[in-house]
Amino acid sequence: MTDDHVYLSLSDAAGEPDGEARWAYGTGFADPLLGVDAAPPSGIDPADLAAYCLMLGDDALVLSQRLIQWVTRAPELEEEVALANLGLDLLGQARRLLTRAGQLDGTGRNEDELAYWRDEFDYRNVRLVELENGDFAQCVARLLMFATAREELYRRLADHADPVLAAVAALGVKELAYHREYAQSWVLRLGDGTEHSRRRMQDALDALWPWLDELFTPHEVELRLGVDPLQLREPVLDRLAGVLGVATLSVPEAAPRAYVNGRAGRHGVHTEELGPLLAELQVVARAHPGATW
Amino acid sequence: MVTTVERAREVAAAVPDPELPMLTLADLGILADVEEHDGTVTAWITPTYSGCPAVAEMAGDVARRLRAAGFEHVEVRLRIDPPWSSDRISAEGRRKLAEAGIAPPVPGGLLTLGPTRLAVHCPQCGSTDTEELSRFGSTACKSLWRCRSCREPFDRIKEI
Repeated sequence: MTDDHVYLSLSDAAGEPDGEARWAYGTGFADPLLGVDAAPPSGIDPADLAAYCLMLGDDALVLSQRLIQWVTRAPELEEEVALANLGLDLLGQARRLLTRAGQLDGTGRNEDELAYWRDEFDYRNVRLVELENGDFAQCVARLLMFATAREELYRRLADHADPVLAAVAALGVKELAYHREYAQSWVLRLGDGTEHSRRRMQDALDALWPWLDELFTPHEVELRLGVDPLQLREPVLDRLAGVLGVATLSVPEAAPRAYVNGRAGRHGVHTEELGPLLAELQVVARAHPGATW
Repeated sequence: MVTTVERAREVAAAVPDPELPMLTLADLGILADVEEHDGTVTAWITPTYSGCPAVAEMAGDVARRLRAAGFEHVEVRLRIDPPWSSDRISAEGRRKLAEAGIAPPVPGGLLTLGPTRLAVHCPQCGSTDTEELSRFGSTACKSLWRCRSCREPFDRIKEI
């Protein structure tokens, strides 16, 4: 280190030609698919695969952001740590999926360009994950619904023809099992708890249930790729009904939320709650384009 | 006669983990392979969890150590298939974890729907009278436990 100013000496990568050293631990970001073979699998339209990776990646990214919003607001420190951990898993999955989408869609965009420089109508997540957090019961209700469905999906994708998607799913299925278990334990505790906690838990499920069906509604890209999410519907509903039964809660009967001219989150049609979330996610990157830290 | 690739493997295998520096990347099963082709040494690493924030550190550390050992052309690549599993932690790695006060994962351990039945030994006093405080801890790979005998809290590497 030759600079007198500590920040300069450290940010100068300590004189290393490859710039691998960073000024503080954990500030470096490696390409999440560094050195992984990027060739698209044969027999699959790369544009379709890119669109699909974007859908799943946006689900993970947006829910991750919602979970991170619980930090400093969770009821107990242990829950805060847990929610941050779940958010980190989802963020890692999102980074790989967005990177994969950028490799395949012909634009060459990296994960940051996709996360920070798309507006809400270019986001392809289901609306369930973008809804405002609500109370802790809503937090665990959404987690239970999402994690149960995503675990089931990843289990099926673990042998997908695209080796990158398959690898994300193979690791993701193990991570999502932890997420589901966490959500399940809270739904049981609150549902089979006091009269007050049971009512709050049931209210949360009633509020979110109408958004569940979007996870099972196929988009034309999914049908072309042979990953019809309608096949998940029965096993996921069975599993959820099982948990709710033990928790002495009832399965809500509300009708699914309507689509807008046949379009919803997978087509870029979102609720008004996504915009503020993205503004918070993107503000620093947009205020300082090209900045590195 | 030690071949180039054997020497490179030895160097890469000795790189400490940035989060658990008492263990090497090899102990943790993160170092997947080391190859050498036409004078270029390639080290393959398998990150633990999807969101592991230490990947850049690990890749940088491996590259630096190899260069410092005299290998001129070095590349680090990620191998994400097959995914990392806690089963990849070596016996030596498990011993070092326990020594550092971190309960090692149970090989082949599985999630259960009911209360966990695995006997988790307190790394301080060895008692099995332990309880999980939180399934999530200071890093993605750890959970937080407490020993009811010696009253000490401890970290535990989760099965995945």
